[in-house]
Amino acid sequence: MNQSMSRNQRPARKWLGILALMFAFLLGGSQLAASAATPAPGGGDISTTFIISGKIVDCGVGIAGIKLHVTGPGTDAQLVTDKKGFWTIQVPTTTQYLKDKFTVSLDKTSLPKGRLLKGNAERTVVFNMVNSASTSFKFVPITCTNAGGQTKPSESENSFLLALFNGINLGLVLAMAAIGLSLIYGTTGLSNFAHGEMVSVGALSTWFFNKVLGMDLIFAALIAIAIVTVFGYGQDALIWRPLRKKRIGLTQMMIVSIGLSMVVRYFLQLLFGGDTKVLTQGATWSIAGISMPALNVICAGLSVLVLVGYTLFLTKTRIGKATRAVSDNSALAASTGIDVERIIRIVWIIAAVLTGISGVFFGLYQQASWDTGFFNLLLIFAAVTLGGLGTSAGAAVGAMIIGLLVELSTLFIPADLKIAAALVVLILVLLVKPDGVLGKKQRIG
Amino acid sequence: MDIIFGNAVDWLFQPITAAYALAAIGIALHFGFTGLLNFGQAVFMAVGAYGFSISVKVLHFGFWPSVLVALIASVIMAFILGIPTLRLRSDYLAIVTIAAAEVFRFIVSTTSAQPITGGPQGLNEYSNEFWAMNPIPAGHYKFWVWDYTQDDIFARAVSWGLVIGFAILLAILVRSPWGRVIKGIREDEDAVRSLGKNVYSYKMQSLVVGGLMGTVAGIIFVLPTSVQPGNYGTTLTFFIWTILLLGGASTVLGSIVGAMIFWSLLSLTSDLLSAGVDNGVITFISQNQIGDIRFMLVGIGLMLLVIFRPQGIFGNKKELYFNA
Amino acid sequence: MPNDIAKGPATPGCEKVDPILVANNVRRQFGGNVAVDVEHVEIPRGKITALIGPNGAGKTTFFNLLTGFDQPNSGEWSFDGKNLAGVAAYKVSRMGMVRTFQLTKSLNMLTVMENMRLGAQKQPGESLLRALFKPLWRKNEDTITITASELLSRFKLDAKADDFAASLSGGQRKLLEMARALMTKPKLVMLDEPMAGVNPALTQSLLEHIKGLKAEGMTVLFVEHDMHMVRNISDWVIVMAEGKIVAEGPPNEVMKNPAVIDAYLGAHHDSDLGADKIAKGN
Repeated sequence: MNQSMSRNQRPARKWLGILALMFAFLLGGSQLAASAATPAPGGGDISTTFIISGKIVDCGVGIAGIKLHVTGPGTDAQLVTDKKGFWTIQVPTTTQYLKDKFTVSLDKTSLPKGRLLKGNAERTVVFNMVNSASTSFKFVPITCTNAGGQTKPSESENSFLLALFNGINLGLVLAMAAIGLSLIYGTTGLSNFAHGEMVSVGALSTWFFNKVLGMDLIFAALIAIAIVTVFGYGQDALIWRPLRKKRIGLTQMMIVSIGLSMVVRYFLQLLFGGDTKVLTQGATWSIAGISMPALNVICAGLSVLVLVGYTLFLTKTRIGKATRAVSDNSALAASTGIDVERIIRIVWIIAAVLTGISGVFFGLYQQASWDTGFFNLLLIFAAVTLGGLGTSAGAAVGAMIIGLLVELSTLFIPADLKIAAALVVLILVLLVKPDGVLGKKQRIG
Repeated sequence: MDIIFGNAVDWLFQPITAAYALAAIGIALHFGFTGLLNFGQAVFMAVGAYGFSISVKVLHFGFWPSVLVALIASVIMAFILGIPTLRLRSDYLAIVTIAAAEVFRFIVSTTSAQPITGGPQGLNEYSNEFWAMNPIPAGHYKFWVWDYTQDDIFARAVSWGLVIGFAILLAILVRSPWGRVIKGIREDEDAVRSLGKNVYSYKMQSLVVGGLMGTVAGIIFVLPTSVQPGNYGTTLTFFIWTILLLGGASTVLGSIVGAMIFWSLLSLTSDLLSAGVDNGVITFISQNQIGDIRFMLVGIGLMLLVIFRPQGIFGNKKELYFNA
Repeated sequence: MPNDIAKGPATPGCEKVDPILVANNVRRQFGGNVAVDVEHVEIPRGKITALIGPNGAGKTTFFNLLTGFDQPNSGEWSFDGKNLAGVAAYKVSRMGMVRTFQLTKSLNMLTVMENMRLGAQKQPGESLLRALFKPLWRKNEDTITITASELLSRFKLDAKADDFAASLSGGQRKLLEMARALMTKPKLVMLDEPMAGVNPALTQSLLEHIKGLKAEGMTVLFVEHDMHMVRNISDWVIVMAEGKIVAEGPPNEVMKNPAVIDAYLGAHHDSDLGADKIAKGN
């Protein structure tokens, strides 16, 4: 995303310094506090800021580096499309706001070689009383090769293998976050909508320590996991534990978590800006004839190790067994002398560690941005629901199913519908088997 | 300063405020009176917006047939959401409605659907027939700091007329024996079932009626503007919930007042912050970051509200619904 | 005591002279645990029948199965000759078989009177479209309000009619739940532990109310732990243990049955239903 929008950087850094102590983000260079533009359409928000955006696509692939010039009341900015072809600009409001006209013109010299724009290179955009507007530029049609995916598999078998690998990878990364959510749900009954923000914090912290402070990736990841753990433990201590003491209803807690999710998410946008932070551009390995980022292969392997370790912890250690007892029936567990609140604290820590690892891997897998977690939250919820609310094994199986569904669906339907495909399957599964794939029967109507 | 307050007061009566109020009245019926956790009110609004605008633009229907298409689509949507979930625990409805809303948004915004839904760009210019119905003579109508055209006034009159109409409808319903059954269901559906009421059917009826309110809200939302797929994300639903809880979930008027307070406060805070930044009073953020601060304020407001005043401004603590 | 209830000797699952409810091979498993496994049981019409047994005997589960609140793995049962297996709970209630719950389900956010009105059947105003037009349901509302007021004064709740049910005491809520069930004009009233949590002052009046139901021609089936109550008001006692019916008979005879003593002693030794107490009874 563009850097041209940054204004007032110095004062911003001064104030951020105070907040940054908390997260140790102070030393971030000027790019840290830079543009606070909201993401492109499809990013998921109505917003009360005023945004013009669009995506420049050629043969189904977004094109980076296209230059645009936006003019209008109070606005005169140059933009460049990001690596997915998105461009976004935030414009100031005026008294005549919502009715102002903006002009977007495209610099034809920045087009890919041999491609021609359909129509002229200028578009007029009017907000017309909503907060966001978009406009499109189209190319003169040609026969596209390799339409659709980001990668260019040479054979259909390869594209299947690649989707399969991506699916397994996504499933494994989702599984850790889903187990985290499921653990908390199982022991406290809380459906935590702020769970996604733990993922975002993990991903963004990794980026910060690795790319901004230049630390080794492994150290950056470890610090990120530690920060997520503190964040998880902290939110339990400061918010959820007092609310449990107050005997606040679960629905109320769930809505509180929606509020918390909003606060944290937009705080992250305030700190880091609305653009996607590129975390990995590493080497690729060629396995079974397909090339994939080496880091993703390593992440997949590490995820398996973490999940195996977690399973051993749950089944072999005293605390693990007590955890399972509490999540099965906390009243019964309390009556056998287990300190339920202590177990809940431990559960939050375990859940936060798992979710932190998941956040690091999400960053490495999908890059890091302020809404990485929010974007994936529904998939995490879907995994937990599919697995049958509240069991770790169920959440893991559900996550694998969701991961594979998302990635394998790209073989049959447009890639921008892959998440929709997984969610449709979730709804259909609930129709047939309401207690989830591995779940206990919850209710008969 | 006049302009800042003028804006805030203007937001009290904007068609968008009316749309949010009406969508919140729909969830008041769902959650406040029936106990259904509908986290996908955005999908009912989207069904209204797209059902109406696609009927006009693609199918070339007239205004009223297009409204009818949207309403029928809304009922179908309610059945799709309700059939798998209304027999299950309430959190299943939450996850399915939120998922359905996202699925709908993904589908309408995919580039493959561009010829019908306009893809990521959405749709516009479908309201000519609506504006043609405007009986107000053309011209500019000026009050204080505002300058309204005949269309601005018409859009406000129609949308607030609908809000008041549906509020009255809700008031009649919740005071009837039908309302007694759904209020029973929100507290303990087994008790109601043991008294011979078909709980599933009542929940479905509530889902349909509240969904229809969301759909009409969706039409109001886009009539004076354009259809933008990005507007129908989960944040839309969460804003509506904040409005509902601000006014009081189990009240009729709470949604209306909640929407007015919500939007004028948002306008006021962002205009004040913006003025502060321009004058150099506020130095720790840039203009770009005001939007983030506003969202954070909404989030903090929602948390404090639910913890310390769950019954909302107008609610009665004794009639407060929140499950244990 | 003359046995005018059973056709033959009082054995577990014996045939009744005039049964209102007949169940066959009703079986419910939770995982590997068999919660209910009733081969055959008949509930006599117009009588007060107590269903007793130690904790975990499957009494409440059996109640849930009979009333459609839970589905058995297998089995069939009929009420008044009509098959009930697989029938939804609300339809069971409409057929005249109404139940209360162990944990009282008074609706605390409605007033006492609204609770009562909710019990009335076939209300025109409960249909969505007719609800919009008050003239279509006002008359019916007046009628059911009169019925409700009569019941409330019988249960001594009339002074509380306009209060939220949340303001009632535990015992009063039990009474309200029972009165509300009567609004459905049932033939069979099934009470799940009507005495649980009720203070002694109210116990006597509750007993009288239950007897009153029988006097009005209703059949009563109730689950209870309190043996005094069972002996006082029931005409027939059915004993469950480990999901099965282990004994049946008139109260005084059942108490002497070794199977019953076994069932209770086997389950909890320190129970105040001690063997000597039962043995001494008449």
